[in-house]
Amino acid sequence: MRRYVLKKLLLALPVLLGITVIDYLIMSLAGNPLDMMSGPRITREAIAFKATRLGLDMPLWKQYLNWLNELLHGNLGYSFKNYQPVAQIIGSHIGPTLLLMGASLAVGLLVAIPAGIYSAVHRYQKRDFAVVTASFLSSSIPGFFLALILVYVFTAKLGWLPSNANSLRWPSQGGSVWGVVKNMIMPVAVLAVSVAGSNIRYIRSAMLEILEADYLRTARAKGLGRFRVINKHALRNALLPIVSVIGLQIPTLFGGAVIVEQLFSWPGLGLITMNAVLQRDYPVIMGVCLLSAVVVLAANLLTDILYALVDPTIRY
Amino acid sequence: MESHFGIVFRRFCRHRMALVSLIVLGVMILMAVFAPLIAPYGPNKVAGGFSKPPDAEHLLGTDQSARDMFSRLLYAMRVSLTVAAAATLISTAIGVLLGMAAGYFGGRIDQAIMSFTDMVMSFPYILLVLVAAAIFEPGMWSIVLILGFVDWPGIARLVRGSVLSLRETVFFKSDITAGMPRRYILFSEILPNVIAPVLVYATSVFALSILDEAALSYLGMGVPVTTPSLGNILKGAESITILTGKPWLWVPAGTVIIVMVTCINFVGDALRDAMDPKN
Repeated sequence: MRRYVLKKLLLALPVLLGITVIDYLIMSLAGNPLDMMSGPRITREAIAFKATRLGLDMPLWKQYLNWLNELLHGNLGYSFKNYQPVAQIIGSHIGPTLLLMGASLAVGLLVAIPAGIYSAVHRYQKRDFAVVTASFLSSSIPGFFLALILVYVFTAKLGWLPSNANSLRWPSQGGSVWGVVKNMIMPVAVLAVSVAGSNIRYIRSAMLEILEADYLRTARAKGLGRFRVINKHALRNALLPIVSVIGLQIPTLFGGAVIVEQLFSWPGLGLITMNAVLQRDYPVIMGVCLLSAVVVLAANLLTDILYALVDPTIRY
Repeated sequence: MESHFGIVFRRFCRHRMALVSLIVLGVMILMAVFAPLIAPYGPNKVAGGFSKPPDAEHLLGTDQSARDMFSRLLYAMRVSLTVAAAATLISTAIGVLLGMAAGYFGGRIDQAIMSFTDMVMSFPYILLVLVAAAIFEPGMWSIVLILGFVDWPGIARLVRGSVLSLRETVFFKSDITAGMPRRYILFSEILPNVIAPVLVYATSVFALSILDEAALSYLGMGVPVTTPSLGNILKGAESITILTGKPWLWVPAGTVIIVMVTCINFVGDALRDAMDPKN
């Protein structure tokens, strides 16, 4: 087992390195931060001075190697815009994003698991049909359109919820938990709808496959109650493929969070990433890309290991 | 003896929702294609009063620049469908070619292609799109290229898997033994056998591309504002007066997106069922 994990880790490293190279390339193709400051009032000398200070006068490969070297010494660099350490910027914004993603995943699965099971158990009946249609609808609605509808209903018409998190105050800043929850309801709802939409179908098909398995017929034949058959014998086995699918959804979920954070001004990683992209703030973009790549690869690795642990037919 | 397509078609028709979806989708595509003939006004033509609610003359009202919303919606469907279709074509082509190369040649080439695929897959999609949108000059065709270049890894994996299993078949081995030219094996023997799952996957890429174009345009990084697209029309609803007071300016565009994407998903799902030999 240890050898298997080591092998997987070693295979993930070049992929990670490759991702950072691609990141750096694409990012520098996008133009550099100096273009943004040029104007009639700025002299050429000032720009050249700035370029030297930020290390932008060096050839691209050298810039990248510098970045990599600093990274290996535990330094993610400093923002070109406000000179804050990137690690600190990420550290102060990652919490809200994780909260948003975690809550959406939890709410989405809390809806999707019972709905998927219900749908599979009542296969090809009207109830199944209704659930599947609902899941298609919820994965077909653009997040921003749903956000518009929610803002229209809950902010403009009812006045219950704030349309953006600009006045959000965390409990550590003297805000109330209820205040945070009120700010989270709409962004979480938007993300959870898409999580639920795609997962209902996965759970339904995983359950359908297992409901036809021989050991389930045995369980029913033993006279076990319907509830126990479904929850103990079927669900636990159906969870395996579902876990792996959830690992694959993390990049999508993060992508959704970036957009939702824009829509509701949620103070997370997505918001600062978007600003960094618009201002070509290289170190911040690289930091976020690296972080997300690590998270995705770690999720893949964890999925593989879980699979190997649970499924004895996988040789390692 | 029924032909393969006959069987697929008969099975497809069993899904009533998919059949309805196919018809709805067909009508929408026809409306988009013939937009210049159907639309009563040009997409940017001043047609009547400012911000008028829907009436008999302007079916969906007019916007703040007095343009007819029904005409704009038709042209927007045309733009959004074109972007999505072209992006799907590009990503399918890239995915099929890379997947076939990886599966057929194996070894080092396979490893190189698949680790590149993994890299693109592990990338949070939206970051790639945002950064790429910042590189290219904003324009309809750059969006097509961006979406086309990020959506292919799923298809590449799928095709590679099918090719690997085809390698074990008798007909493949006899082709090799008979010394058939590589091009014949790749495009006349392998390609027809991998096309069915690719078709199913491509429908979901098509649906995703419509959603992505809308989201990018809504964020101001997609199709330029001067060209009407479904996302651009929805962008108008960022203003609170439009959002609350003039629903005819944004609700139809959103509804069109939902209907289109839902229909595509239903069709794709039924295709998957119909082509599955296990059924």
